[in-house]
Amino acid sequence: MGAFIELDRVEKVFDVRKRTGFLKREVRRVRAVDSISFTVARGEMVGYIGPNGAGKSTTIKMLTGILTPSGGRLRVAGIDPSRERMRLAHRIGVVFGQRTTLWWDLPLIDSYRLMHRMYRIPDARYRENLDRLVELLGLGALLDVPVRQLSLGQRMRGDIAAALLHDPEVLYLDEPTIGLDVVSKARVREFLRELNAERGTTVLLTTHDLQDIEQLCSRVMVIDHGRLVYDGALAGLHEAGGGERTLVVDLARELPPIEAGPTARVVKVDGPRQWLAFPASESAAPLVARIAAEYPLVDLSVREPDIEAVIAKMLSSMGDASVPAPGRETVVPGAQSS
Amino acid sequence: MGSARLYAAVAVGGFRRYATYRAATVAGVFTNTVFGLILVYTYLALWDERPHLGGYDQAQAVTFVWLGQALYATLAIQGGGFESELMERVRTGDVAIDLYRPADLQLWWLAGDLGRSLFQLIGRGVVPFVVGVLFFPTALPDDPLLWLAFLVAVVLAMVVSFAIRFLVALSGFWLMDGTGASQVLMVTGMFCGGMALPLNAFPGALGEVVRQLPWAALLQMPADLLMGEADPLSVFAFQAGWAVVLLGVGRLVQSAATRRVVVQGG
Amino acid sequence: MGEGGRTAVGVRAYWLIAGMWIRSTLAYRVSFALTALGGLVVTGLDFVAILLMFAQVDALGGYTLPEVAFLYGLSATSFGLADLLIGSAERLGRRVRDGSLDTLLVRPAPVLAQAAADRFALRRVGRVTQGALVLGYALVALDVGWTPVKVLLLPVMLVGGAGIFGAVFVAGAAFQFVAQDASEAQAAFTYGGQTLLQYPPTVFGKELVRGVTFMVPLAFVNWVPAAHVLGRPQPLGLPGWAAFVSPLVAVACCALAGLAWRAGLRSYRSTGS
Repeated sequence: MGAFIELDRVEKVFDVRKRTGFLKREVRRVRAVDSISFTVARGEMVGYIGPNGAGKSTTIKMLTGILTPSGGRLRVAGIDPSRERMRLAHRIGVVFGQRTTLWWDLPLIDSYRLMHRMYRIPDARYRENLDRLVELLGLGALLDVPVRQLSLGQRMRGDIAAALLHDPEVLYLDEPTIGLDVVSKARVREFLRELNAERGTTVLLTTHDLQDIEQLCSRVMVIDHGRLVYDGALAGLHEAGGGERTLVVDLARELPPIEAGPTARVVKVDGPRQWLAFPASESAAPLVARIAAEYPLVDLSVREPDIEAVIAKMLSSMGDASVPAPGRETVVPGAQSS
Repeated sequence: MGSARLYAAVAVGGFRRYATYRAATVAGVFTNTVFGLILVYTYLALWDERPHLGGYDQAQAVTFVWLGQALYATLAIQGGGFESELMERVRTGDVAIDLYRPADLQLWWLAGDLGRSLFQLIGRGVVPFVVGVLFFPTALPDDPLLWLAFLVAVVLAMVVSFAIRFLVALSGFWLMDGTGASQVLMVTGMFCGGMALPLNAFPGALGEVVRQLPWAALLQMPADLLMGEADPLSVFAFQAGWAVVLLGVGRLVQSAATRRVVVQGG
Repeated sequence: MGEGGRTAVGVRAYWLIAGMWIRSTLAYRVSFALTALGGLVVTGLDFVAILLMFAQVDALGGYTLPEVAFLYGLSATSFGLADLLIGSAERLGRRVRDGSLDTLLVRPAPVLAQAAADRFALRRVGRVTQGALVLGYALVALDVGWTPVKVLLLPVMLVGGAGIFGAVFVAGAAFQFVAQDASEAQAAFTYGGQTLLQYPPTVFGKELVRGVTFMVPLAFVNWVPAAHVLGRPQPLGLPGWAAFVSPLVAVACCALAGLAWRAGLRSYRSTGS
């Protein structure tokens, strides 16, 4: 099947007015999205990531018909979103992570009834979809509860269901796991995986959580300063960014730094605990096996690199020195010691 | 001395915060000017029919209108100051944080609201007043001392206005929904504050009563003082009396509310 | 989708959303009853102020109390209808600022219908009720020779007036696309206009009357058509037939407001602010 989402040199230019004096104003032209081209096939699950203000939301807003592009060609399901916003609305689902579209004071089910009628969903299909979503997202006990009494995780699941009742072909998720606890995150991810696998729904998600991407997306796009700087598999992103994962090893006693082959190196020692950095693209299994065979191993864990750190590293390796490295550097100890 | 500096900083913060809403200030000036125009014409017609109604001549009635528009936002006559924010904090329970702060709740909000009042006196009051004075016959004194006394009365009015709204905001501790309390504030402000008709033009016993209520301290008293219709010292005494009573009641209600929060565990 | 289909979708979405808000409101019945009652008192106070004035005078600008009550009733009722149906559009600036306008743009319904139905406040029925009560009093107290044309003019005035006020609300909302913090300026035309029309045109300066006749044609809400009913000369020496053009003025105002809204929405979608 051909491209479902198509962007050809899409641009979005804003004039930002800044007050510089009492009456003086300075107008600055900002390219929020600068000639971006990509296509997404039907049924793909794509992560769309980048630092804050890179142009992520602007792209999503153009894809959903909220904003009109300043230039270039954009099609979703063959529809020009900005021209046929309402026709497109029937075919897409949108979840804004930090903004619920559910009715605050009414039971959850009332919001779904509104969707039923507003999207003119045939009765049989509505009932079928509702039953399935309620089961998969575990909403059964919540349908009669006013939305204001739901926890953040419950509300997010409720919002996702609301966005899917009309069988959209593509689902846009803006930070779907932000603020959720570990269990809720796992549940949302599990659901999205099944949705994509069983219904073939195309999913495009923005996130700050690298685990969202790792567990869900076969493909990642990185945007920075309005430009697409990476488009490919997650493993490739690790390579492009020189990403390293960290193995945290607890030994039975204090020992000199572990020697564990050519690709891993100890970056920190604190008593019996040692931190080893190794390439993110490699499996941790052989490394763990080697250490377990030669050292008195008590416990260990693998730490994933932080998404912002990976991006920052990738950008700096591309020679873009203007980008400051954001993120929590402690998560990538390799970056500190080198 | 340290705490005086703290409250001064809070007041400056209140001033600055409202100073950033430029478009809103311009919009407010425009709206106050339009309402002033409408009221001035109706009052002129009214005083045409009944010269010296309430002891005012036409120029005094016009002056009263423009003083009302100038002080409308400053004195938050129909609400619109800190109280909606405090009510929201009461509703969400964030007020518990305020209660444990080393600053006094009432003084803290008073300082911030005085800062707001001062900004709105300058930002929203001056222009409608000047427009009114330029285009309509007004009755303003030449004596600078009278103007000074007027400013003192306006500051006292700010305090009385705050004390009223503080009580309204604290009602949120006992009422579920702040809409009703805000409505009461709007009604009393408009009617007893003299925004609908100067209080001296109220007929009979209704007039007698309404002129003794705290809302008379907001617009009516300073206006009468400025136009030489009232003795400055008795105006100050009336205003200060209500300020002390209302702030005192506010303290009592505040401590009752604090106990309530403590008992409920925040 | 044609223009007609779009309108139908909009009206349908409007009632769906308004219905949700009514049910939300009724979730707190006591609070609703109190605020509705309070609203009735609040809005009635400006008529009490008029009564207080007439306690001291027999006429205002040459109009008697029943005549002023007639103007008041027409102004308050048609304003109340517009406010009830479309007054929520006033919150547009806030929606732009907090970004919640975006959630309306991904729904299969016109944004204006959704924005107008947002927070549909049933308590605003209070203003309509109170205006209608005063209008009822005026109809009883007025000493007017009723003709079929005059009787027919009553509903025409109310609908036309609601249309004109509605257009003002929409135009004000459209302006907030450009200046998000300026929602208070709108009050000068909506609440200010309503207050202005409660008094006879003879009270006001010529320039002001000209302004609200030819620039923002609020005079067609009641002043101009009511002049025919009350048998008074038209303001500004307008021809007698002017009393019957209120619906046309309303349609023209709504069309202009619609264009302004479109321009505003287009500018939002191209600038994102």
